Amino acid sequence: MYTEKVMEHFNHPRNVGEIENPSGIGTVGNAKCGDIMRMYLDIDESGVIQDVKFKTFGCGAAVATSSMATELIKGKTVQEALRVTNKAVLEALDGLPAQKVHCSLLAEEAIHAALWDYAEKKGIIIEGLVKPKSDIHEGEVEEEA
Amino acid sequence: MSKLIYLDNAATTAVHPEVVAEMLPYFTEFYGNPSSIYSFAGKSRQAVDASRKIIAGALGCSEKEIYFTAGGSESDNWAIKSIAESYRSKGNHIITSKIEHHAVLHTCEYLAKNGYEVTYLDVDGDGRVRPEDVEASIRPETILITIMFANNEIGTIEPIREIGRIAKEHNVLFHTDAVQAVGQVPIDVKEYNIDMLSASSHKLKGPKGIGFLYVRNGIKLTSFIHGGGQERKKRAGTENVPGIAGFGKAMEIALETMEVRAEYETELRDHLIERVLAEIPHTKLNGHRTDRLPNNANFSFEFVEGESVLIMLDMQGICGSSGSACTSGSLDPSHVLLAIGLPHEKAHGSLRLTLSDETTREDIDTTVDALKVLIERLRNMSPLYEDFIKNNSK
Repeated sequence: MYTEKVMEHFNHPRNVGEIENPSGIGTVGNAKCGDIMRMYLDIDESGVIQDVKFKTFGCGAAVATSSMATELIKGKTVQEALRVTNKAVLEALDGLPAQKVHCSLLAEEAIHAALWDYAEKKGIIIEGLVKPKSDIHEGEVEEEA
Repeated sequence: MSKLIYLDNAATTAVHPEVVAEMLPYFTEFYGNPSSIYSFAGKSRQAVDASRKIIAGALGCSEKEIYFTAGGSESDNWAIKSIAESYRSKGNHIITSKIEHHAVLHTCEYLAKNGYEVTYLDVDGDGRVRPEDVEASIRPETILITIMFANNEIGTIEPIREIGRIAKEHNVLFHTDAVQAVGQVPIDVKEYNIDMLSASSHKLKGPKGIGFLYVRNGIKLTSFIHGGGQERKKRAGTENVPGIAGFGKAMEIALETMEVRAEYETELRDHLIERVLAEIPHTKLNGHRTDRLPNNANFSFEFVEGESVLIMLDMQGICGSSGSACTSGSLDPSHVLLAIGLPHEKAHGSLRLTLSDETTREDIDTTVDALKVLIERLRNMSPLYEDFIKNNSK
């Protein structure tokens, strides 16, 4: 069901881990849907993403899109990273099954959430960045029969 | 890749070689239509009759009470819709549970859209329907109670005897979806006061595409498929003779081997459960510890997602299944796991392993060894686990 690229990234995910004192951190998705993505950014003074790490709770597609998204933004400027859309992630993975496309949206949102956090910490405004809509509700899992 | 370790026998089973041998002549040698007059077709008729006899014997009912269908889902649909239609003048209320198979739940939802009222009973933390809840839900207009014999996901065996007794006392018909139980545990429809029972061949080493519905004599049954006179004019269409012959043989083998198989599988299952719970932290067994199908184990691994577990197992040639949303094609995890009270993230991290008598202890040990490594790998990648560790070290 998954492409070779997706399987390759799932088996050997790039940039898994954490960054201590990150320039920006973003967590999106929620446990209810079964996908949570957290992205850590280390951005230098000139606005270049020097390092990026991720952690993901989710299916094969969620892990692979996280991994690919980190590859696509590493070494890029903030503005370049903003232009990494879910479509770009999808294409880089040679596509995803239709019911998994939402996972690639999560990757885009995770980048945006981490950039938003970076901008808030720095007290700057990143042109073109809007506050990400989805965010994790930690420790609060909706009970539903 | 090393040999395949197939631990998804609740999804389907390998057809038994003796079953295949039993079926083969009815494709090319005795291919006659059972309804034809000439003696050549008599061979086909005999095969159908012989299979029906074996199945009736297995359930303790009469041959006239067995109707062949295309499988479990059809049997469930037929039973529930037929009662709804035939007993409409008596009432419009149906009692079922929240953990039924979708073939029952979606049929009930369909009826609910067409003027019927459905009570979906809660279950306890082990997935058991409480008989007293069944009794308390009965109204004057209740026409059917439909509760599964054993759950397909978590393996819990329901208190069928008690529910059957209650149904009889209140003069309400009782249907049970026994797709997972037939051939696994002893079932006597008279002793349990079961009025209707659904079963499927491919769960007990028979072929796919064949099942049956048991309907107690005296129950008004509507025709499911209109046409010829097959199946006492209730389910038209030329019989699936090879399928029926195969189902009969599979049932025969299942009955002969049931006791030995149950003992063997229970021991292996318990070994699997004990090892997983002892060696993988933050893990829960879903379903009742002992009142469960001999071949079923279902776990929730906290902080990981089920599909990822399945893919990683698959890469090592191990087949299992999960109740995670990602494997169901929807955003919600399994309705069964939610009904037993699991929070969403634990339901997403579920894994069902179902054994057969061909599963070996070595298969189980290989699987547990693989699980230990891959669960740890996935947890190291999980933000939920990261949060858990941080919160605990505070």
